[in-house]
Amino acid sequence: MPEVTELRINGTKVGVNADAERPLLSVLRDDLDLTGAKYGCGEGQCGACTVLVDGVPTRSCITSVGAVASKQVMTIEGLEQNGKLHPLQEAFLEAGAMQCGYCTSGMILSGVALLRQKPNPTVNEIIRFMEGNICRCGTYPRIIAALSKAAKAMEETGR
Amino acid sequence: MSERHDFEGGWEPERYELQAAPAYRFHLGRRDVFKCLGAGIVVLVLPGRVFAQESGRERRHAGKRDVPEELGAWLHIGEDGQIAVYTGKVEVGQNIRTSLTQVVAEELCAPLGSIRLVMGDTQLTPFDAGTFGSRTTPDMARQLQRVSAAARELLVDLAAEVWKADRASLTAANGRIIHRQTKEELDFGKLTKGQRLTLAVPDSPATTPAQRWKIAGHSAAKVNGRTFVTGQHKYVSDIKLPGMLHGKVLRPPSFGATLVSTNLKEAEAMPNVGVVRDGDFVGVVAPSEFLASRAVKAIQADWKLSPQISSQELFDSLKKPSGEVQDRGDAHRMGSVKEGLNAAEIRLQQTYSVAYIAHAPLEPRAAVAQWENGKLTVWTGTQRPFGVQGELAEAFRVSEDKVRVIVPDTGSAYGGKHTGEAAIEAARLARAAGKPVKLVWTREEEFTWAYFRPAGLIEVSSGIRKDGTLTAWEFHNYNSGASAIRTLYQVPNQEVWFHPGHSPLRQGSYRALAATANHFARETHMDELAHAVSMDPLEFRLKNLKDTRLRAVLERAAKAFGWGTKPGSGRGCGLAGGFEKGSYIATCAEVAVDRSSGRVKVVRAVSAFECGAVVNPEHLKNQIEGAMVMGLGGALFEAIEFENGKVLNPRFSRYRVPRFSDIPEIEVVLIDRQDLPPAGAGETPIVGIAPAIGNALFAATGVRLRSLPLVPHGSLKLP
Repeated sequence: MPEVTELRINGTKVGVNADAERPLLSVLRDDLDLTGAKYGCGEGQCGACTVLVDGVPTRSCITSVGAVASKQVMTIEGLEQNGKLHPLQEAFLEAGAMQCGYCTSGMILSGVALLRQKPNPTVNEIIRFMEGNICRCGTYPRIIAALSKAAKAMEETGR
Repeated sequence: MSERHDFEGGWEPERYELQAAPAYRFHLGRRDVFKCLGAGIVVLVLPGRVFAQESGRERRHAGKRDVPEELGAWLHIGEDGQIAVYTGKVEVGQNIRTSLTQVVAEELCAPLGSIRLVMGDTQLTPFDAGTFGSRTTPDMARQLQRVSAAARELLVDLAAEVWKADRASLTAANGRIIHRQTKEELDFGKLTKGQRLTLAVPDSPATTPAQRWKIAGHSAAKVNGRTFVTGQHKYVSDIKLPGMLHGKVLRPPSFGATLVSTNLKEAEAMPNVGVVRDGDFVGVVAPSEFLASRAVKAIQADWKLSPQISSQELFDSLKKPSGEVQDRGDAHRMGSVKEGLNAAEIRLQQTYSVAYIAHAPLEPRAAVAQWENGKLTVWTGTQRPFGVQGELAEAFRVSEDKVRVIVPDTGSAYGGKHTGEAAIEAARLARAAGKPVKLVWTREEEFTWAYFRPAGLIEVSSGIRKDGTLTAWEFHNYNSGASAIRTLYQVPNQEVWFHPGHSPLRQGSYRALAATANHFARETHMDELAHAVSMDPLEFRLKNLKDTRLRAVLERAAKAFGWGTKPGSGRGCGLAGGFEKGSYIATCAEVAVDRSSGRVKVVRAVSAFECGAVVNPEHLKNQIEGAMVMGLGGALFEAIEFENGKVLNPRFSRYRVPRFSDIPEIEVVLIDRQDLPPAGAGETPIVGIAPAIGNALFAATGVRLRSLPLVPHGSLKLP
């Protein structure tokens, strides 16, 4: 059985010893203790497990670890830089864009990818891009507000 | 795992919550043994003695049902001024960790950041029946307010003694006692020196009225919000213990199936896999969840199936004579419906229904169990930590003192996490494996083996005069429940009944319980009556309504919505109002229906809400918005489909929940009644959206829909 021995996670090479067929989510959570990505459905339908693979929002529950062996993986744990939150993390806090918080990691990473593609997304663009992420608590209006807020803050600070 | 769907005496609707039938039954005369062992520890309250050394190991709850009156059971002030507050309530996204912290900060006069809530830990927190029924704010906030006020007064007493000063010249502020004349200051921590506060909380200490709130009543941010946006918060499913294994349980192919035989050889032959068989219970443990899943799939099992009712036969089944009509105090009679109908100029009889729906909390049921020297510790996401402690003690024949349940802030519940199935399963596997075991239900297990919001059938018969005066009201709810079953409208002749049914599926509590079903039927019927006499639906409601608080929310919602303005073509507006659990809601909705495809979109929705004094306006709005969004799912498209004992849509790809594109423009109007005590608010705001949407769809199309979900397949059949 092919094994994956090294991954690039949050800018760092990390050694692993994982069956290449295993879902990336399982390796991140169980082997590397990166539990920010969550299991929600196991079929790529809810977005709770979203991580960025070479900048692309990816459902880690249906992505085999073998498929990302040579790629850059970013998880929620890698977003904060030198103790400073990403503007979208700040905006989530300011907008109160969560209740139970279980979807938050996936929402933020999907949102970061959107803001990289479209620094000033319209509400419709936000809705279309984020459609695959479920917030069962129903904080969607606040997540939209947080994305708009972050876009504005990033434009002002040039980030 | 036997008799999962034997409901004989299995469930009992209570005033506030439905109890799901237990998934596991243990036929061992355990209760008798408990009586000898479960006495607990009595906390003595000695007058005049206010301290004891904090050992850190003392139980904070005495006998099971007792609410401790000793201050130290609820609140501890460390020498460093850090304040720990103990409550058996749990955080599942309602943001009570924040609102309760605000209440304590307000009353204790301490900074928000110095207070840490210890929640839902059976070893550390006082007994609590559970986090349900919207009782946290009216009960727990009030209790912690009393506790904090008593602590504050005690601190003033202590400072007065230290300074030999008149206590009237002392003030508590910002975690200190201040002498107003000498300007001397003493930190709380310096006064109590970390000792346990053994003073009894007086019955009614002087607390701050809402009008003077400086910290409560304002929009504090989620106190531990940073841990969520950074992914650092550890939910149960994130916990890892040394040597921990992952567990999986073998599930029957359908409801009611019993295990005949198994072939475990293939699973047992897998390296590092352990297989556990205990009667009908079969499970596996392995070092990774991936391997555990493979192992459980490798088990071959023969099951004996039993015939089960399907979705199509559901409503006939629910109405079948379910034994005698039971009067549970919710049956209500006034005047004579017969005379009221005789006095009516128009009579209307209609039937409404609601489907089973799933809570679908984004974090499925999960537990981590560890046995050490005969003592069991389980981390699990439940709304009833002490209830689950009892379930575990009963299952494993140990006294409750030997079982500790800890509930970290959990990935939502919505009334769906009252029971301890995952906790029992994890503990069973952990005991057999001799190692800690984590068990996380898959989404499919969550959709199948949890319990559902009850389906129900509601028959309404009413009479009305042409001037819009209600004369008769007869209301029968079959199976879904009695919450908010009574009408607040003025009707001289009424009969209101709840008829418990035989539910083919395991059912239990769901956010707002049957208040959703009962409001849907009532507020749809009211709309039909308004149209029958050609009255504006708002005017018609107000004509028959004296309750000033319900009138107020209806009027405020209508005003903010612009009720009465004619919407564009293909659009319609509807409204609904109601009351439950101490709070009032009115919701107006505008829908757009595409003429050719019949596709339905809720364009905007406005709710006005009143729950007495508001503790945290932003978080309250968040709850109301969230309830409207969740309610929109049950209103439009959510339904559990089942056949031959199988759920046919146990996945998010088959069971549609609201997503970004479903969300209308939402506005929330808060009415802050600072003259009234705060009521809970997590549930009631869900009840208005379904009838408001249904009524709006009628206004848009002339099609009257009387079943939830209204548009199960996304589009409406237009005439």
